[in-house]
Amino acid sequence: MSDLTKLTVAEARDGLRKREFSSVELTKAYISKMEESRRLNAYVTETPEHALEQAAVADEKYRNGIAGELEGIPMGIKDLFCTKGIRTTACSHILDNFVPPYESTVTSKLLQAGVTVLGKLNMDEFAMGGSNETSCFGPAINPWKAKGSDADLVPGGSSGGSAAAVAAEMCAAATGTDTGGSIRQPAAFCGVTGIKPTYGRCSRYGIIAFASSLDQAGPIAKDVRDCAALLKVMSGYDAKDSTSAKVNVPDFEAVLGQDIRGLKIGIPREYRPEGLNEEIAACWDKGIAMLRDRGAEIVDISLPHTKYALAVYYIIAPAEASSNLARYDGIRYGLRVPGEHLDDLYINTRSEGFGAEVKRRIMIGTYVLSAGYYDAYYLKAQKVRRLIRNDFLEAFKKCDIILTPTAPTGAFALGDKSMKDNPINMWLNDVFTVSVNLAGLPAISLPAGVSGQGLPLGLQLIGRAFDEETVLKTAYALEKDVHFVRK
Amino acid sequence: MADFVIETPKGKWEIVCGLEIHCQIISKSKIYSGASTEFGAEVNEHVSFVDAGMPGMLPTLNKYCVHQAVKTGLGLRAKINKYSNFARKNYFYADLPQGYQITQFKYPIVGEGRVDIDLPDGSVKAIGIERMHIEQDAGKSIHDIDPKKTFIDLNRAGVGLMEIVTKPDFSAPAEAGAFLKKLRSILRYIGTCDGNMDEGSMRCDVNVSVRPQGTDELRTRCEMKNVNSIKFVMQAIENEARRQIEVYENGGVVIQETRHFDPVSGQTKVMRKKEFAHDYRYFPEPDLAPLVLDDEYIEKVKRELPELPDEKKERFVSKLGLTPYDAIVICENKETADFFEKAAAGHDAKKVANWLMGDFFAMLNEKKLELKDSPVSAENLGRLVELVSQNVINGKTAKDVFAIMAETGENPEKIVEEKGLKQVTDTSAIEAVIDEVLAANPDNAAAYRNGKQGLFGWFVGQVMKASKGKANPGLVNELLKKKLG
Repeated sequence: MSDLTKLTVAEARDGLRKREFSSVELTKAYISKMEESRRLNAYVTETPEHALEQAAVADEKYRNGIAGELEGIPMGIKDLFCTKGIRTTACSHILDNFVPPYESTVTSKLLQAGVTVLGKLNMDEFAMGGSNETSCFGPAINPWKAKGSDADLVPGGSSGGSAAAVAAEMCAAATGTDTGGSIRQPAAFCGVTGIKPTYGRCSRYGIIAFASSLDQAGPIAKDVRDCAALLKVMSGYDAKDSTSAKVNVPDFEAVLGQDIRGLKIGIPREYRPEGLNEEIAACWDKGIAMLRDRGAEIVDISLPHTKYALAVYYIIAPAEASSNLARYDGIRYGLRVPGEHLDDLYINTRSEGFGAEVKRRIMIGTYVLSAGYYDAYYLKAQKVRRLIRNDFLEAFKKCDIILTPTAPTGAFALGDKSMKDNPINMWLNDVFTVSVNLAGLPAISLPAGVSGQGLPLGLQLIGRAFDEETVLKTAYALEKDVHFVRK
Repeated sequence: MADFVIETPKGKWEIVCGLEIHCQIISKSKIYSGASTEFGAEVNEHVSFVDAGMPGMLPTLNKYCVHQAVKTGLGLRAKINKYSNFARKNYFYADLPQGYQITQFKYPIVGEGRVDIDLPDGSVKAIGIERMHIEQDAGKSIHDIDPKKTFIDLNRAGVGLMEIVTKPDFSAPAEAGAFLKKLRSILRYIGTCDGNMDEGSMRCDVNVSVRPQGTDELRTRCEMKNVNSIKFVMQAIENEARRQIEVYENGGVVIQETRHFDPVSGQTKVMRKKEFAHDYRYFPEPDLAPLVLDDEYIEKVKRELPELPDEKKERFVSKLGLTPYDAIVICENKETADFFEKAAAGHDAKKVANWLMGDFFAMLNEKKLELKDSPVSAENLGRLVELVSQNVINGKTAKDVFAIMAETGENPEKIVEEKGLKQVTDTSAIEAVIDEVLAANPDNAAAYRNGKQGLFGWFVGQVMKASKGKANPGLVNELLKKKLG
């Protein structure tokens, strides 16, 4: 039954509950897909035996009527989540021998709900990148190809392996993390759906930190319903993360299919700059029209400080990262490259252990926090961050949800020269997504069309803090009209 | 107190000094993790994943440590800041697993306060507290096990610390000494730090500068880190001041630097110059929410505060009639003060104080005992004083009784009873003894009567001796005078 991998999580869940197939069968189907598609380099660690053991347990639970919410659903886990007994590297050479003795809260919740783990998914090193090309294991590859070309495309990043694996049916769904767009942009590039929930919705405990005030976990899945089902399990207050929020977790699936008539959809005029890619603009307009046709009200809004979002993000995120990554020093775990003195050990270990993009960000972050520069960079950035958040608060007085493109382009070629030569071009990819992280809001990316080259394009819906329900129900409505055909 | 001045052939100088004291918080678990803080565990036994800086681990604030800090702030008569937050102090060191210390920087939990110190001449000086913040301790690097390797023990990593920063209010080494004693006393009273400098649970950094006497300039200061006894702190201040004076008087300038105090030589040596100083890149800790306290909470902690040494001292002076000196000595240590109050209950407090500070402490010293192990209980000490007050025994007998109490721990009433030590107050019995003494020493009696008044004391002694010390000395005096005419 090779078609099993075509099923969404919700469909597979129904099939398992009705005992139409077993979790072992489902897991095996995904394992053979993983083997077939190894050239995509989506997994950096495969755990098929482990998944099959879990699947057998899941089947037993179904037989005993004690199955969890996602019992027997095979998932891939971004390699940023610590998984007990399974190597966790953040796709960095500095951690490529690290096996955590503990489990992240989010993956614990998923395991508790019964998912089986197929392996750990490729990503940009320490989640720093937008193309998965900074991974020490080499890039994951987008299963999509441009019409008439055989060139490999990037899956986006940093959760590139997650998006590629879901698109290529190498797992039923995957976890991702999103610091500046790392769930949404790869989801858009690979034609799948991913939601970054409100900051504080999911615990960060056990997720290798990139930028603590921005990082959030979320699912990448085949469709909106799957995202809702997974997010429900992944969410919730955790005493082990002081920044996780003490708010109730609603049944996100329950709102899907609800009417969106009268809902006010904000369209930020600043997101349509001069020279915006025409196909992207057209895709956005199509989305606007679909929502209007469903009875939503389209509202023009302004997010005036958006133009500073990238600059602010590329100060705050590296600043936090420079501190968060200080623990990788070769002393207690991970790579150690010896040296004569302690300083040499640090220099040797970190020089060899970190890749170029990570080093670049550590240097930027160290610089902006330095005495004499702190006020001009970090402090100023924090102030502008507040203005960006206030923009959204103002906008949400006029609208209920905001619709924008997810990324300024579709997937680009692996090794794109303009990005290689100038990292800023790579960073520009985050232009529509970073302000959402700076404001801590929930946002989803769903496929909304294909480009002339036949590549998926994504639209982003941004909601009020802790109002993932409106985000999901609007996305669900849009999804119905888009009729996107997954890879 | 007389101004402390260092005089050289070239001029007169005064000292400007401030202290920073790191105090280990008394708490069962560490400040940002659940790991135990128990002393004396096996190496690296009390280390959680958070303490070891493992990937993805997050700090969570130990509320008890906050409670202890607020209590300490109140004990320092300081402003408790209802808003404070945490910051990361970034630097690499092998015993700092995260690569940063979670501390408080711009917004500490405790603001300005005051500690009154008692100076040797009996005067009181107020020392300003600049601030106090809470932070985590680092682990320990052990360099002397192997010539080439350093070993790391993370048991201490993450233990809560309170860093108390004083204003530069010290102008004499003795003031710093008195302050540390007072601070230790306050911390022990309220139970937030055990104050043991030799075990490192209280550590002191000393900032010193000098200036010509009578000026108010602030010159470059030097800091001496981790000076680990009160005596060394006082030495370090004086010797560092003398060093700086010598530099100035030889036409040099003092450079801002961190110095190390060497207890063996008593001198300070340069550790780190300013140009090599760390840039700690402080920024707000994104993993912890700001700490917000309300009045209700602060009031609640305030109600838990015990009577502090100053208040107790004041009460002992005004209510119990102690001299300020006695009250200071007795109140320095809460256990002593408690013992004293128990002993003095219902008795003559001043006399109890005299006994406590005299024979009682001498006995503990001699036996090398702690107060809590004293064979003489507070109640029995009180009873002994009462026996003297009631003229049941005289002072000399009391000393003998006390010696027995120190050996046996017995109730003095029982000792007096059993040994028949009750004072003789029967006039006729004393007269009989006097008659005997006079009869046995007719020459001296005659000499006295002929004007050799100095012999009176000798006669008192003879009578007391003949009564085996039991005669009431007052009566002996009175009757002797009569008999000798």
